[in-house]
Amino acid sequence: MSTALVTDLTIFVLALLVGIEVIGKVPATLHTPLMSATNSIHGIVLAGALLIGVTAHTVVGYILAFVAAVFAAANVVGGYVVTERMLKMFRRKAPEQGAEALNGHKGLKGILSRAGGKAQS
Amino acid sequence: MSGFEGYIQLVYVLAAALFVLGLHLMNSPATARRGNQVSVTGMVIAGIATLILLIHDGTVTATGWIVLIAGALIGSAIGLYAARTVQMTAMPQLVSAFNSVGGGAAALVAIYGYIDSEANAGGVLGTTTVFTLLDVLIGSVTFSGSIIAAGKLQGWIGGQPIIFKGSRLLNVALAVVAVGAAAFMLTTASLPALLIVVLAALGFGILMVLPIGGADMPVVISLLNAFTGTAVAMAGFVIANWALIVAGALVGASGGILTKLMADAMNRSLANIMLGGFGTGDSAVAVGAAADAHVRSIAADDAAIQLAYASKVIIVPGYGLAAAQAQHGVAELASLLEDRGIEVSYAIHPVAGRMPGHMNVLLAEANVPYPLLKEMEEINPEFGRADVALVIGANDVTNPAARRPGNEISGMPILDVDQARSIIVVKRSMGTGYAGMENELYYDPKTSMYFADAKKAMAELTAAVKTLVA
Repeated sequence: MSTALVTDLTIFVLALLVGIEVIGKVPATLHTPLMSATNSIHGIVLAGALLIGVTAHTVVGYILAFVAAVFAAANVVGGYVVTERMLKMFRRKAPEQGAEALNGHKGLKGILSRAGGKAQS
Repeated sequence: MSGFEGYIQLVYVLAAALFVLGLHLMNSPATARRGNQVSVTGMVIAGIATLILLIHDGTVTATGWIVLIAGALIGSAIGLYAARTVQMTAMPQLVSAFNSVGGGAAALVAIYGYIDSEANAGGVLGTTTVFTLLDVLIGSVTFSGSIIAAGKLQGWIGGQPIIFKGSRLLNVALAVVAVGAAAFMLTTASLPALLIVVLAALGFGILMVLPIGGADMPVVISLLNAFTGTAVAMAGFVIANWALIVAGALVGASGGILTKLMADAMNRSLANIMLGGFGTGDSAVAVGAAADAHVRSIAADDAAIQLAYASKVIIVPGYGLAAAQAQHGVAELASLLEDRGIEVSYAIHPVAGRMPGHMNVLLAEANVPYPLLKEMEEINPEFGRADVALVIGANDVTNPAARRPGNEISGMPILDVDQARSIIVVKRSMGTGYAGMENELYYDPKTSMYFADAKKAMAELTAAVKTLVA
C-alpha cells in the first residue's frame, strides 16, 4: 500500500469525522438548506471534470469531459444559488406590514382582501 | 507530486477548510447565509486553482478548452435557471436532480480515468481500480435512482410504490451482475466489463427507487445525497485530489446523518424502507365523513372563536398543508392571532414534508419568523399549556396510538397534540394517512374536525376571526 493512498484514506476518514461533528450541530430548521448546500459542495467534482481536459484528446474524451462539466457546473452553481435563495427567507422577525404592501401584487392583493373583508363586515 | 502540484493541492486543502467552516456556520439561521458565502469562496478558490493547473500543464487542446468552457457555461446556465425558478414546494425534486448530476459527473470522471489509463498503460490495476469501480457503481446508482426519485416527486412517475412481478428478483440479478463485473475487473482490465458495470448499476438505481412510496422520500433523498458524496470522494481517490475527497466525505457524512434522522423519525429501519411496499404515500380516500358518531365536526365560526380567545395556539402543519399550497394562508391567520397578543408557534415533525426540513422552508417562504418554528423535542412539553392545537394536513405524526405497542406506527415519535386543551383538525375527509390506520386523535372528545381543503379553511378561518374581532 503506497504512502499516497494511506494519506488519502487518512484525509477521508478525518473529513468524515469532522463532517459528522459539524453536521450534527445543524438545527432541523435548516436541514433543507443544508442539503442544498452540501449539494453544491459536492459540485467540487467540477474540478475533476475540468481535469479530464488535461489528457482528453479523443472524441470520447471530449464527450465525457463535456457531459461531466455540464453536470458538475449545474450542480455547483444551482446548489449555491438555491441555498442562498432559501436562507434569505429565514428571518428572525416578520417583515413590516408596509414593506409587504410595497412588495408588488401580493401586497396589493392582501390590501384588497383586507378591504373586502371589512366591506363584508 | 511535483512542487507545483503540491502547492495546488494546498490550495485545495484551503478550499476544503472553507467548506467545513461554511457548514459549521449553518448551525444557526442567523449565520447560515454567511456560511453559504464562505463555502462559495472555497469553491471559487478551488475553481481558480484548477484553471491555473490546467494552464500550467499546457496539454489541454484548443478543442479541449472549448469543450470544457462550453460545458461549464451551459451547466451553469441550467443550474442558475433551475435554482432561480424552482418553487419551494418543488425543492425535493431539485435537490434530487442535483444529486443525480453530481453522482453522474463523479462516475464520468472515473470512467474517463479508466479509459485514459487503459489506452496509455494497458489498464490500471490495483488500488486505483477499486476506487474507480466504487465510484462508477455508486455514481451510476445515484444518477438513475435520483432521476426516478425526482420524477416521482414531480409526479411524472406515480408516487405510489411501483412493484411488478419479478422486479425484486431482477434487481438482485442486476446487483449481482454489476458487482460480478466489477470483481472481474479487479484482475482483468476490460472496458466492456466497465460498461456492463455502468449499465447494471443504472438499472439497479431505477429499480431501487421505483418501489419506494412518496412519503418515504425524505429518507430516499437523504440516502442518495450520501451516495453522491461518497461517489465524489471516490472520484477524489481516483484522481488523487484532496478537495474532492474532503468535500465528498462531508457530504457523505451529512447525507448519512439525515438518513438516520429521517428513518428514526418514522421509526422504520432503512432496510424496511428500501424494500418498500407499505402505504401508498398521499392517500386521500374519501371515507364517509360524518359516518362515525364519535367524531365532532366544527364550522369556521366556532373554530374562529376558539382561536381568537385562546392565549396560546400551536399550529401543527403536515404535508397536506404544502400540497394544498396553504402555507401563506396559515401565516396570515397566525399573524392575525399574534396581533391579538396570542402566543403562536409551529410544531414541526422531522418528516413533515418531502425532504428533511422541508416544512421550515415552506413556512419561512410565507414570512413565518424562524424562532416560531419549533422542533418536536422542544414543542412537545408545551402542548399541555396550549389552549388550541390547530392540526393542518398532518395525520400519522399526531396519532396517540404510536405510544402503544402492537400497531403499524408503534414507537414512532409523535407530536403530543392530544395534550392540548382543545384540538382543531383541518382535513378534507376522514381518510387515513400514510400508515393506513385510523387516527385516534380524531375521536378524542377534545377534538373538533374541520372538514375542508387546507387553503380554503385558512381563508375561512382568517375571515371569521377578522369578523369576530372587528
